[in-house]
Amino acid sequence: MERSKLGLDFEKVGYAKEVSKRIADDVQKFVDNYSTVAVERTLCRLLGIDGVDKNEVPLPNVLVDELQEKGVLSEGVMFFLGNAVIETGLNPQEIAEKIAVGQLDLTKIPVHSTEEIHKAIQPFVMKSIQVIRDRKAKRDNYLNTIGEGNKPYLYVIVATGNIFEDVVQAEAAARQGADIIAVIRTTGQSLLDYVPYGATTEGFGGTVATQENFRIMRTALDKVGEEEGRYIRLCNYCSGLCMPEIAAMGAIEGLDVMLNDALYGILFRDINMQRTIVDQYFSRLLNGFAGVIINTGEDNYLTTADAFDEAHTVLASDFINEQLALVAGIPEEQMGLGHAFEMTPDLENGFLYELAQAQMIREIFPKAPLKYMPPTKFMTGNVFKGHVQDALFNQISIWTGQGIQLLGMLTEAIHTPFMSDRYLSIENAKYIFNNMKSIGDEMEFKEGGIIRQRAAKVLDDATELVVKIEKEGLFTALEKGIFADIKRPKNGGKGLAGVVEKGSNYFNPFIELLHKK
Amino acid sequence: MSGGLYSTDSNEFDKTLDLTKIKPYGDTMNDGKTQVSFTLPVVKGDEAIEAAKQMMRKMGFENPQVVYVQELMAGFTFFNCYGNCIHTVDFTGITVPKVEATAMDMHETDDFIKENIGRPIRVLGASTGSDAHTVGIDAIMNMKGFAGHYGLERYEMMEALNMGSQVPNEEFIAKAIEFQADVLLVSQTVTQKDVHIKNLVELVELMEAEGLREKVILICGGPRISHELAKELGYDAGFGMNKYADDVASYAAQELSRRINK
Repeated sequence: MERSKLGLDFEKVGYAKEVSKRIADDVQKFVDNYSTVAVERTLCRLLGIDGVDKNEVPLPNVLVDELQEKGVLSEGVMFFLGNAVIETGLNPQEIAEKIAVGQLDLTKIPVHSTEEIHKAIQPFVMKSIQVIRDRKAKRDNYLNTIGEGNKPYLYVIVATGNIFEDVVQAEAAARQGADIIAVIRTTGQSLLDYVPYGATTEGFGGTVATQENFRIMRTALDKVGEEEGRYIRLCNYCSGLCMPEIAAMGAIEGLDVMLNDALYGILFRDINMQRTIVDQYFSRLLNGFAGVIINTGEDNYLTTADAFDEAHTVLASDFINEQLALVAGIPEEQMGLGHAFEMTPDLENGFLYELAQAQMIREIFPKAPLKYMPPTKFMTGNVFKGHVQDALFNQISIWTGQGIQLLGMLTEAIHTPFMSDRYLSIENAKYIFNNMKSIGDEMEFKEGGIIRQRAAKVLDDATELVVKIEKEGLFTALEKGIFADIKRPKNGGKGLAGVVEKGSNYFNPFIELLHKK
Repeated sequence: MSGGLYSTDSNEFDKTLDLTKIKPYGDTMNDGKTQVSFTLPVVKGDEAIEAAKQMMRKMGFENPQVVYVQELMAGFTFFNCYGNCIHTVDFTGITVPKVEATAMDMHETDDFIKENIGRPIRVLGASTGSDAHTVGIDAIMNMKGFAGHYGLERYEMMEALNMGSQVPNEEFIAKAIEFQADVLLVSQTVTQKDVHIKNLVELVELMEAEGLREKVILICGGPRISHELAKELGYDAGFGMNKYADDVASYAAQELSRRINK
C-alpha cells in the first residue's frame, strides 16, 4: 500500500474491514433464504418478459402477483415458468401474455420433474446472460476505441421530466465536458412496486425510469460520445421497491452507473429492511456482472445528521457497503462509495476537515471510484456564494483524487438545473481540475496537525461503530437508529409483504452464473 | 467587458428616493441597474446578441448591455446582461398578509411544545386529490427535511404521519379522525386549470360537513400557495415558496397553544 499522507493506521483499517465482513456475512445468511416480489419480477424480465396488460400493469407484475395471490410465490417464478415451458411449448413472454388474459393458470398444470424444469428454462437463462455480456462488450469496445474523460468524472444531472427534453439537456452537458449523465427519477418512483412502461414525457423533479427511456438516452449518448470522441456514461437509480428490476433493465440497456445503496431505502424511504437487503443483493449481482459502477448513498446521511459530528457513520457505512458489495461479487473498481462535502460553511477550518476526510476515504478504499457529493444542505439561493462553495468542493476533489464528481450547481435549492447552470458548474470544475491538477502529489499533511488528527479520529470512531454494529447485528443496529439518527423497525416500512421465504422447489440459476462472471 | 457598464450618458435620472416610485439600485439612486442572465435557443452570433438586447428591452430595461455570451451547444446561447429598469413600484401601498408566528428552530419548537402543550402534537399530512407529487409534503414532513431544515418526523414533540400522494379528501378526513390529528397539512403542487383551488375548497367543505373544521388547525402549502390565498379558501394558514418545516412547525405549535391556553 502507498504510504499514507495522513499517517493513517492501516492495521486499524484492516481490522474495521474484517469486522465489516462479518457483519455482511451475517446479513447474507438471511438473504440466502429469502426472495421478494421484486427479485421474482426481475427474473421474469431476465427471461424476456416485457410489456403491459390492458390495464397498463407490467407483465412481470401480472405473473408475480398471481403466484403471490395463490400463495405459491415461495417456489419462485423459475419453477413455474420452467414447468409451463415444458407443458405449453411457449416461451416465457407468451406464457405471461396468456396469464394476463386469463388463459393460463400456472398452478393448475401438471408438475414435471425438477430436472426437466431446470433444463427447460436453461436456454432462456443463457440467452439473457449473453444479452448482458454483449452489452458489456459494447461498452468495453467504446472505452477501448473512443476512450473516456479523466477522473474525477464530471457527473451532472438532467431532470426535466420529459425524456426527449432530457436528451437535449444531456447532449449539451456532454458537449460541455460532462462524463456521466444521471437522469434523476421522478419523485416518488422509489415507492412504486412496479416499473412503468414506455417512453414518458411527464415527471416531477425528474423523469420516470423505464426501459424505453433508458434506451432513448443510451442511444443519444452513444451518438454524442462518438462525435465528441469520449464515451459518455449513463446513470440511473437502482433503488426503492424495484431495485433489482432496474438493475436488470440497466444491464440490458447499457447503463454504466447506478445509485445502489444497501441501506438508503430503509433509512430515507422507509422501505422495509428485510425487503431492501434481499433486493440489494440480487441487484448488485446484476450490476457487478454488467460492469456497472454502483454509487452508494452515504452522502445523504449528512443531509440529516451533522456532517462534522457524524462523519464516522459515513465511513462505517462505506465499510459495510463495501463488504455487502463484495459478497455480491462487485469488484472494488466498480464501487463508487459515497461521501460528501456537507459541513456548514461557517465552521472554522471546515475546509481542512473536509480535506482530511476526503483524503482518508481515498486511502482506505484505494481502488474505488469514490463518489463525492457536493454541498447541498447549506446552499441557500445565494447563487454567488453557492458557486464559491462548489469551487472549494472541486478543489478538495482534485487534491484527493476522487473518482466521480457530482457537480454542485449554483442554483441548488432553487430549481432543477438550467442548461446554463450545468455549463457554469462544468466550467468551474474544469478550471480547478486543470489549474490544481497535481496538487495532491505535492502535498503531505503535517504530523500532529489538524488534518491528520481529524482523519485519525474519524477512523477511530468508525471502527468503534462497526464493532458495535457487529455485536448488535445490522438489523438491530438499524432498529436502534445508528445511521442518520433514523430508527426503522425490522417489520415496519413499505414492501414487507413482498418478502417470501424460499420453498423446497425454489431455484435461481442466475445467482451462480452472475457470480462466475 | 463592455464599456457600457461604465457609461455616463444615461445618468440623468432624479436621484431622490421616492418610496412611491422605487427602482432597483446599482450604485446610484434610481439608476435601475439590474443583472439578468438567460439562454436563448439560437446559435451564437451578432443576431443572437441583438435578440438578447431586444429581449431585455421587452423586459423593461433601457440601455441593455450584453456582457458575456457563451454557446452552450449548437443552437443554445447563454447571456449575462445588465440594463436599467424603467419600471417603478409604489412601496408605500404594499400590504402582505403574514402568518402570525415567531419563527423557531426545531429545538425551540420542541421546547415550546413541552412547556405550553405538554404532549406531542399530532400532525397528519398528505398531497391530496389527484396530485401525485410528494415533493412538497416530503420536504416538510420527512425526517430528511429540505435544504437543511429537518422535517416534522424528526421533531421530538411531533407525531407526524405522512400519507403520501393522491389521497382522496374523504380518506384524508377519515384518517384525521382516527389519528386524532391536531394539525392537518395539505400539499398541492399541480396547479394546472386551478385544480388545486377546487380540491382545497372541497376539503374545507367536507370538513365543515363533518363538524371537524374548527377542531383542527388546517394548513395548506405548495409553490403556488400564499397565506393570503389560504385564508381566502378557509384555511388557517398557507405556506409557499421558501417556507420550510420550521415555519410550519413554529406556527402549528404557537397556534395550538393559543387555542388550548386561551
